[in-house]
Amino acid sequence: MIQFSNVDKRYPGGYQALSQLSFALQRGEMAFLTGHSGAGKSTVLKLITLIERPSFGQVIINGQNLAAVTRGRVPYLRRCIGMIFQNHKLLNDRTVFDNVALPLVIAGMSHAEIGRRVRAALDKVGLLGKEKLYPVVLSGGEQQRVGIARAVVNKPPVLLADEPTGNLDPELAREIMTLFEEFNRVGVTVLIASHDLELISRMPYRILALRNGRLAADTPAHEQLAAAP
Amino acid sequence: MIFRHSAKKRSGATLRRAPAARSAGLARTRGGVKAFFLQHLQALIYSLGQLSRTPGSTLMTAAVIGIALALPAGLHVLLKNVEALGADWRGVTQISVFLKPEQSDADAARLAERVRALPGVETVTVRTRAEALDEFRRLSGFGAALEALGENPLPAVLVVQPGGALQSTPRETAQLLERLRALPEVELAQADMQWLQRLTALLAVAQRGVLVTGAFLALAVLLIVGNTIRLAIHSRRDEIEIIKLVGATDAFVRRPFLYNGLWYGLFGGIIACVLVGLSLWLLTEPVRRLSALYAGGFELGGLDGASALTVLASGVALGLGGSLLAVKRHLAAIEPV
Repeated sequence: MIQFSNVDKRYPGGYQALSQLSFALQRGEMAFLTGHSGAGKSTVLKLITLIERPSFGQVIINGQNLAAVTRGRVPYLRRCIGMIFQNHKLLNDRTVFDNVALPLVIAGMSHAEIGRRVRAALDKVGLLGKEKLYPVVLSGGEQQRVGIARAVVNKPPVLLADEPTGNLDPELAREIMTLFEEFNRVGVTVLIASHDLELISRMPYRILALRNGRLAADTPAHEQLAAAP
Repeated sequence: MIFRHSAKKRSGATLRRAPAARSAGLARTRGGVKAFFLQHLQALIYSLGQLSRTPGSTLMTAAVIGIALALPAGLHVLLKNVEALGADWRGVTQISVFLKPEQSDADAARLAERVRALPGVETVTVRTRAEALDEFRRLSGFGAALEALGENPLPAVLVVQPGGALQSTPRETAQLLERLRALPEVELAQADMQWLQRLTALLAVAQRGVLVTGAFLALAVLLIVGNTIRLAIHSRRDEIEIIKLVGATDAFVRRPFLYNGLWYGLFGGIIACVLVGLSLWLLTEPVRRLSALYAGGFELGGLDGASALTVLASGVALGLGGSLLAVKRHLAAIEPV
């Protein structure tokens, strides 16, 4: 589903964020991407969503080589990828409902269909009663769940999360992770960038560890299970 | 549960469908057309909602546009009124046809009948030789000199009033004059048309002036809208980034800003119409008094429907144009980082 082959990423100014990075995620797989800050976690996610393009190497998403995706086609690619951010990136002048509805409005869906899907997504993240509120009145955990609802509302096959639990206390972080597990269970490919090693090492999923832009360790899911106390 | 279905169905189809979507876009299905109009309608209403959140600044921008549009529109209306007045005055032009001295009064009456039948002639009045002499005696003060001549040296005169079914233009009057001069019985035919030609020329100059003023003010409106939209784009930079991140096309991002410009232009056009109407209403009474002094029944004409529509349409066009300029220059540069 997600395949990196010998990917280099050098930013203007000469900073080498990724070197010779290769890994592959199968359809329906869930994995964590970890590493110190500046190791290249965010860059990996940016390459998948075509916010950045690789300096060298190939990124293939669902059989499509991203090098062949022209600028005009980028939005259509992004619609197939649900993206979750540490700082939520919600629109504060719109209600929870409107925030979650955004990807569907962009896709030109009918009003009735939007209402149905938004309520289903909000139900999934446990915010059904708060659709008329504005994001600022919600707690950090609730805002993050609005972000998750927005990412999954158009049912993308791939879900990416960049430090989704960065600002949350352990219990809330655990809840958010459980949500991701639920989506993964119904066939969504999930890749979560996180430096919260304590949390992710207790979960039975594959861990890709980056160090200075290189893949330092690729711990398969079953070993994680075995290593768990 | 809603996700199981989708994940299986869409994961295979959605991404691979993307390259084919371009050709599919050409042959838009009925559903696609509906979605297209729906999105435009949404953007139209959404942008109106955005403007209504800051009514003060929206009104100010619209008022600036309105004043800029009202100036050329108002001048245009005034000019049309002066033109109408000029058309009224065309009737004042008369042609004096002096006959040759050997033509008798009876000849003059016969000729008057023929001239009356010419196209472009409203009325013909005959002034006999005796009448001409009387007038000369009264007005010139050379009566004694005429007595000394013994016989009447003055010819008969036909006073021709151009006009008729067609309201005659200076050009038609000139043609009529040529025709009258060509008649064998006529010694001299002359018309005082110079002032009319001057008025027409003056109006042409004024018209050109209004056009130039209008062009400059249109440019000003374009820049005002462009700048307003540029500021709107910059103040909503974060929002644009987020919308692009969740898969918005450039067209989707552009749309509310374009409609913003459209609304500004439309509101500006409405304000311009109101301003012109108000100014004309303020002028009505003094103009009526002035007209009464000249014993004329002149009524100040207002902004007619076609002109009002033109003002609104130019407002909308300039608003859209201005926002298009801003959007082209500033929106493409905003990409999520």
